[in-house]
Amino acid sequence: MEVPILKQGDVLIATFQAALSDADLNQLRSGLVRQVVRFRSRGVIVDVTAMDVMDSFASRTLREIAHMIRLRGAETVIVGIQPEVAFAMVQLGLTLEGVATALDLEEGLIYLNEKFETMH
Amino acid sequence: MSDGEIQVAINSDQDIILARQKGRALATEIGFASSDATLIATAISELARNIVSYATKGQITLKAVNGANRQGLAIVASDQGPGISDVPQALRDGFSTSGSLGMGLPGVRRLMDEFEITSQPGRGTTVVTKKWKQ
Repeated sequence: MEVPILKQGDVLIATFQAALSDADLNQLRSGLVRQVVRFRSRGVIVDVTAMDVMDSFASRTLREIAHMIRLRGAETVIVGIQPEVAFAMVQLGLTLEGVATALDLEEGLIYLNEKFETMH
Repeated sequence: MSDGEIQVAINSDQDIILARQKGRALATEIGFASSDATLIATAISELARNIVSYATKGQITLKAVNGANRQGLAIVASDQGPGISDVPQALRDGFSTSGSLGMGLPGVRRLMDEFEITSQPGRGTTVVTKKWKQ
């Protein structure tokens, strides 16, 4: 299932709908980077609220997305990691080191807007 | 409650999702708390991923198990892949031969309560891991 990417001003929002296959995640990675270039976006929000499991592949892909987008000069924030998913990630030894996270979409937008202000 | 085994053939990344969804459903049926069902689903995801990455194909078997005064869920992940020549090394954090994070096996061991691995180079690998209901 492909992840829809919405454009909201300077920000792109990708919302995970359900369990994503590796192929879907790879597609999201290339799609997001392409769109950031196309729209000259300054921020990206990846909403993983609906994600049932965050395994090593998914968390590595999210980290790669954030780092690639940073190289474009834009910021990424991952929002909506469920408490149970966070618990499993810690047990598994997965960290999203160097990647901003926020509680939900609203907090993610606040985070990005604060970032944009300090960028001026 | 179903007392049969659930078998999921693992041939592609799509099967990883199927296996963990079936695992979560079985965990819920056995009566695991939702947080434990997530741990079990995550362990299945990692084990199925190891099969796809290292052995290309294999099988995940899920079953309800009974211990002394307790119920649990067992995951058996087996493949006829290249096997692991140094199992203790594969169980250390940070070790990988496929360019992945290499956290699969030690991570799975932390997610679950019991963990056994048998592997023969050239013959394949079988991981049996269990989680008991609190």
